[in-house]
Amino acid sequence: MQWQEEAIVLGVKRHGETSVIAEVMTRERGRHMGLVRGGRSRTMQPVLQPGNLVDVTWRARLDEHLGEFRIEPIRQRAARLMESAVALYGVQTMAALLRLLPERDPHPHLYEALDIILDHLDDPAGAGELFIRFELAVLNDLGFGLDLTECAATGRRDRLTFVSPKSGRAVSEEAGRPYAERMLVLPAFLGPERQETASPEELEAAFRLTGFFLHRHVYDPRGIEMPSAREGFREAAIKAARERP
Amino acid sequence: MAKRITGPEIEKLIQLLAKVPGLGPRSARRAALHLVKKKDQLLGPLGKAMGEAYDKVRICSCCGNIDTADPCAICTDERRDHGVIIVVEDVSDLWALERAGAMNAAYHVLGGTLSPLDGVGPDDLNVKGLVSRVAEGRVREVIIAVNATVEGQTTAHYITDQLSGFEVKITRLAHGVPVGGELDYLDEGTLSAALRARTAF
Repeated sequence: MQWQEEAIVLGVKRHGETSVIAEVMTRERGRHMGLVRGGRSRTMQPVLQPGNLVDVTWRARLDEHLGEFRIEPIRQRAARLMESAVALYGVQTMAALLRLLPERDPHPHLYEALDIILDHLDDPAGAGELFIRFELAVLNDLGFGLDLTECAATGRRDRLTFVSPKSGRAVSEEAGRPYAERMLVLPAFLGPERQETASPEELEAAFRLTGFFLHRHVYDPRGIEMPSAREGFREAAIKAARERP
Repeated sequence: MAKRITGPEIEKLIQLLAKVPGLGPRSARRAALHLVKKKDQLLGPLGKAMGEAYDKVRICSCCGNIDTADPCAICTDERRDHGVIIVVEDVSDLWALERAGAMNAAYHVLGGTLSPLDGVGPDDLNVKGLVSRVAEGRVREVIIAVNATVEGQTTAHYITDQLSGFEVKITRLAHGVPVGGELDYLDEGTLSAALRARTAF
């Protein structure tokens, strides 16, 4: 068995003294793991940093085997990512989100989104908005997508200001007002009437919204904690949005 | 079933030696044979030294270093500048910096880096100890000397966030061209980091 594809490095795990098990995200084969012999060498360590775009050749005798990777660098983004806290927290959090997906299950749009967001992580304010959309896409691929296009009660497509914590569907201002305390806020940039940029308050509400559903549908049922890097990313993105001219 | 060629004691010695970094089953067998041949000069003293180390070795409650005393020799050394703390991932990094001898400062060993893949979170690292050392008010500078990896730098930013409320200067090691390094063989990330951090000649 053999295939060759472009991939984004998500992380590595030590294996023995000289090798690592690399975890990469590919367009056609989703999240994939493989053994990299000599992965802890001076030449391979910089290549195997999360966020780098690499060319991967996977080989194994049987499809269900872990297999071996031969990796060549294409674009090494890690050094640029290391310059900012937002970028580092972002790459770690996105890798953690992709780890929630089943291995070897293709999610081409998530691969594309990851590639784009990694290129824009040095713009923290814009990265926050992209990241929220990435979390929504992961929720959707896990089967817990939110319907933010129309009001669950009235069917209206305008003035959507809430999200029902029960159904994960948008609710218009008039229908949701009596239950406002129990509702989650729908930031305007996620609704059908999209704005160009999100305000710090809207970003905060968006992180609360996706965080709520990730906890309820993903982290709590699996008994795992939300990655601490997400909190770091949230704080840094909101701070950057506040400092935006 | 394979024939046994040595007694169970020597087999056990080989099995344990094979777990030492740098040794595989074959080299462990060679090492064991060497030790057994030099029983009085090597095996006996080595066993005694290991026993003593096992009894006395402990982790410093102040900095996380490994020593036979608590606090360790570095923490009790009055000639060091305890106003500067160098934060390292592991004791091996502390030893490497001590070999370099560039700073006469105190240290703080984190015990790893934040690693979601390995399940290492903030509570698994010795960050609270560092915060409480800084909170005592005697520290002027914290030098974060973690590896130049995504995980290492994420940990560095996490520490910076934790120390943001204190009046302390936080610095990190420079990233760039290693001594003896040829530009042609460096990755583009290191090269761009080195160019960004260029200094006046």
